[in-house]
Amino acid sequence: MAGSGYKGANIDDVDHFLKGGGIDSEREQAIGQHIGYRYDVNLLPDYDRLTPFLRDYIEFMGWDDLNWLEDVHMGYDDGQAAVFDRNINGWVAIPEDMELPDNQQDRDMIAREMLIKFQMSPDHPMVDLYKAYRKF
Amino acid sequence: MAGVSDSVSAQMGMHTEPLTGRDIKTKFTLRNEGGFAYHFARDVDFNRRAEIDCADLEPSEINRKIRELMDSGHGSIVLRNPGAKHSLIVGILNRMNFIVEGSLGYFGCGLLDGPNVRISGRVGWSFGENMMAGVCVIEKNAGSTFGAALRGGDLVCKGSVGSRTGIDQKGGTIIVGGDTGAFSGFMMQRGRIVVCGNAGKNLGDSMYDGTIYVGGEIQDLGVDAVPAELTDLDRAWLARKLTMYELLPEKGVDHFTKIVAGKQLWSYDNLEPTERKLVL
Repeated sequence: MAGSGYKGANIDDVDHFLKGGGIDSEREQAIGQHIGYRYDVNLLPDYDRLTPFLRDYIEFMGWDDLNWLEDVHMGYDDGQAAVFDRNINGWVAIPEDMELPDNQQDRDMIAREMLIKFQMSPDHPMVDLYKAYRKF
Repeated sequence: MAGVSDSVSAQMGMHTEPLTGRDIKTKFTLRNEGGFAYHFARDVDFNRRAEIDCADLEPSEINRKIRELMDSGHGSIVLRNPGAKHSLIVGILNRMNFIVEGSLGYFGCGLLDGPNVRISGRVGWSFGENMMAGVCVIEKNAGSTFGAALRGGDLVCKGSVGSRTGIDQKGGTIIVGGDTGAFSGFMMQRGRIVVCGNAGKNLGDSMYDGTIYVGGEIQDLGVDAVPAELTDLDRAWLARKLTMYELLPEKGVDHFTKIVAGKQLWSYDNLEPTERKLVL
């Protein structure tokens, strides 16, 4: 169905991009490079799968739900699980030794939790950018 | 994984540079673990409340006062007599509560990352532009380009909005309690637009991705915007979200029409890597 999933192939295996890098279509094989999203950007969160950390984060921010994190999913970069950090315009790789759940919804919750931990860290690149470029 | 050097185009000598599809790659380690707020965010208390009378102040003075109050730990700020002034409550990268008693003008609440804003009146053009995270609720109507280039968070207008709602939207959720004008969701790339009333001409024109839900009539669809099946996950999410903002219709959400991108405009697959790099 249009718009419901990844373009280029029907992905039934949650580990598809971890196993093969996602070079599926004829075009992708021709250029040797996967093109397109490595996850379904339209996948809505299943709130039954919220982690305790995310519940605490939501409460801290004064929100009633995941808010901007609804758009965060676990993606796959170079055959490795990763989450895209919009604040650095790059992928943050999930530790290779982390055992991933067997479904995308639970993986997305992990990705959300790890992204918060990364963005709020004093080591995050935005800390230096803020010092250098803040306007007010 | 097959490398670029193995590809047909590389063998033809068309390029030698590998495309990675990213600018930066960072490895997450537990050493990075932090709290719930940006390291540079101000430490505020939601229970510390202050008021600003905007009647005789310029927008820049109002925004400066907001920051001074945040510096002193105030987590809830009430703006009285805003007088539809432009560009108020912008660039706040902090958890905060704002209550606006009245209306805002153009470009209100742009570039927000975290705050909760409640506005009792109306808002002008481009409200919530480029918002990253947070919640904005407007009790009355909004002007055109509501939520332009929205990147995250919930933007809620309980009344009706003008044209080009969510133009160039890159994430987040826009909810309209009433009707939306022409070209809503134009060039949308991801995120969700929920319209409880009717939608004007060319809904979702040239949308690249994302989802639009409409409870009323759709005047017509734009290029490459196509209907899709409303799933159980959609219904549960819609009911949850609309209940949060007291906008759930009495008859529920089963009547909503779901619109997505037909993806006929997706063209990157047809470009050679060197061409793709130029357009990116």
